Amino acid sequence: MALLEIRNLNVSFATSTGMFHAVKGLDLKVHPREVLAIVGESGSGKSVSMLAAMGLLPKTAKVTADVMSFNGRDLLTMPASERRAIIGKDISMIFQEPIASLNPCFTVGYQLEETLRAHLGLGGSERRKRAIELFTAVGIPDPEKKLSAYPHQMSGGQCQRVMIAIAIACKPKLLIADEPTTALDVTIQKQILDLLMKLQEETGMGMIMITHDMGVVAETADRVIVKYKGRKMEEADVLTLFEAPSHPYTKALLSALPENATGDRLSTVSDFVDMAALEGQQ
Amino acid sequence: MTAVIEAKGIIRDYAIPGGLFRKAGAVRALKGISFSVEQGKTLAIVGESGCGKSTLARIITLIDPASGGDLLIDGQKVDVRGLTPELRRKVQIVFQNPYGSLNPRQKVGDMLMEPLLLNTDDSASTRREKAMAMLVKVGLGHEHFGRYPHMFSGGQRQRLAIARALMVNPRLLVLDEPVSALDLSVQAQVLNLLADLQAEFDLTYVFISHDLSVVRYIADNVMVMYKGEVVEYGTRDEVFGNPQHEYTRTLFAATPEANIDSIRARVERRRAAGIGA
Repeated sequence: MALLEIRNLNVSFATSTGMFHAVKGLDLKVHPREVLAIVGESGSGKSVSMLAAMGLLPKTAKVTADVMSFNGRDLLTMPASERRAIIGKDISMIFQEPIASLNPCFTVGYQLEETLRAHLGLGGSERRKRAIELFTAVGIPDPEKKLSAYPHQMSGGQCQRVMIAIAIACKPKLLIADEPTTALDVTIQKQILDLLMKLQEETGMGMIMITHDMGVVAETADRVIVKYKGRKMEEADVLTLFEAPSHPYTKALLSALPENATGDRLSTVSDFVDMAALEGQQ
Repeated sequence: MTAVIEAKGIIRDYAIPGGLFRKAGAVRALKGISFSVEQGKTLAIVGESGCGKSTLARIITLIDPASGGDLLIDGQKVDVRGLTPELRRKVQIVFQNPYGSLNPRQKVGDMLMEPLLLNTDDSASTRREKAMAMLVKVGLGHEHFGRYPHMFSGGQRQRLAIARALMVNPRLLVLDEPVSALDLSVQAQVLNLLADLQAEFDLTYVFISHDLSVVRYIADNVMVMYKGEVVEYGTRDEVFGNPQHEYTRTLFAATPEANIDSIRARVERRRAAGIGA
């Protein structure tokens, strides 16, 4: 059974110039122990679709779907209180800007223990013990001391490790990572990706990796969904996608990678695809 | 052939003000950087955040003075305190974020004509002609002349930033992460544009980036910086083919591999571990 199943998801926002459709008819399934990558450029609706699944979009967003279920439970009809019990516990999320996603007024230890208290109801000493365990698991040196550090006292990479610790604190079944390494240096990116993959392999949780970077896809994904302007262009397992992409947009994306340059010029997406036709296509 | 730009032992110190509990001190952001770039060539500067690459960019562009060392442009020694318009014209910069580097209240045409107004004696009609011509050169049209920056996409804004930098016919263009904020397909277009402009005007580029695949594509020479020092400097093929310094090797190893063989190896390893699809 699929861990997260979404069928025909539509998200639109009311703007001064009419409705803006951010996600158009997305179907998606994630299985336990699987890493699904959603790749697309800015504005392709990759983050919005996951925020919709988490129920984190503002009230101005109109979300409709035929099916949206997690572990067999319907997320659409579920009361808000039940949904809150799932979000942050069974489904958790890591965001792009680690420093911006932590509260600067509280120590990182407090923020980690907050999750443990809210979802698991652990007592003070147990919380602390588990917090130290988690910090050790995500590779933060000197965890006992670092628990009482504030976000501004840590580097970007360390903050992202704290975010990961918070996300995996309640042993989630599904982890959604929204561009987890985009704001980080390439050597730190490698460490964070390695950490995420190690945790995923150890715990067997399902994972959705949202990214715009084909390199990150190549290093993490089992299955890939390529999105453009709110629509799904292609879905394939990672090898097929890189070896024999079937959709012209995917081909174009791959050939726009500087390492795939032939001769002096880079191919651009418009060399391959008529963008207007792509947008009109249903 | 003389180098368009030559740096000899550039040093930059930043003072840290003292306080109640702390003595005043200094951080050495650049610890003696030397390099030279010949006309029509591209030098790529690679490094992590905090390694001093943007500090160096500001010194090369004559925005900030160096604390020590010599900077020579066209073989002429530069003193930031006595800059002539002629020298100013020779070096221009394109910044990383085109959303931040364009004035939202200035029309595109005015923005392009401003450097001419400040640095040349061109008449108003000449300035206008030159701006129109430059718009076309960077792949935009005459109709964009009267528009404001918010009416453009990220890629188009970066084209505008490049256009503005080229208005005064510089010899050297400093590109500080010019494509990092752009989507992949737009990145390809802007890199192609940069290549075309370099060929057309015989421009010299100092290209600052953290993206090794972009550097490999665009650079003639590569300089790797780490904590304010140059750890590796050579031609592109030397640096990528046979990296000498430990840090360069770490950097290369950390870059995601998008080739089929490494993906296949990873997928098979995961399958053997009973993980994945």
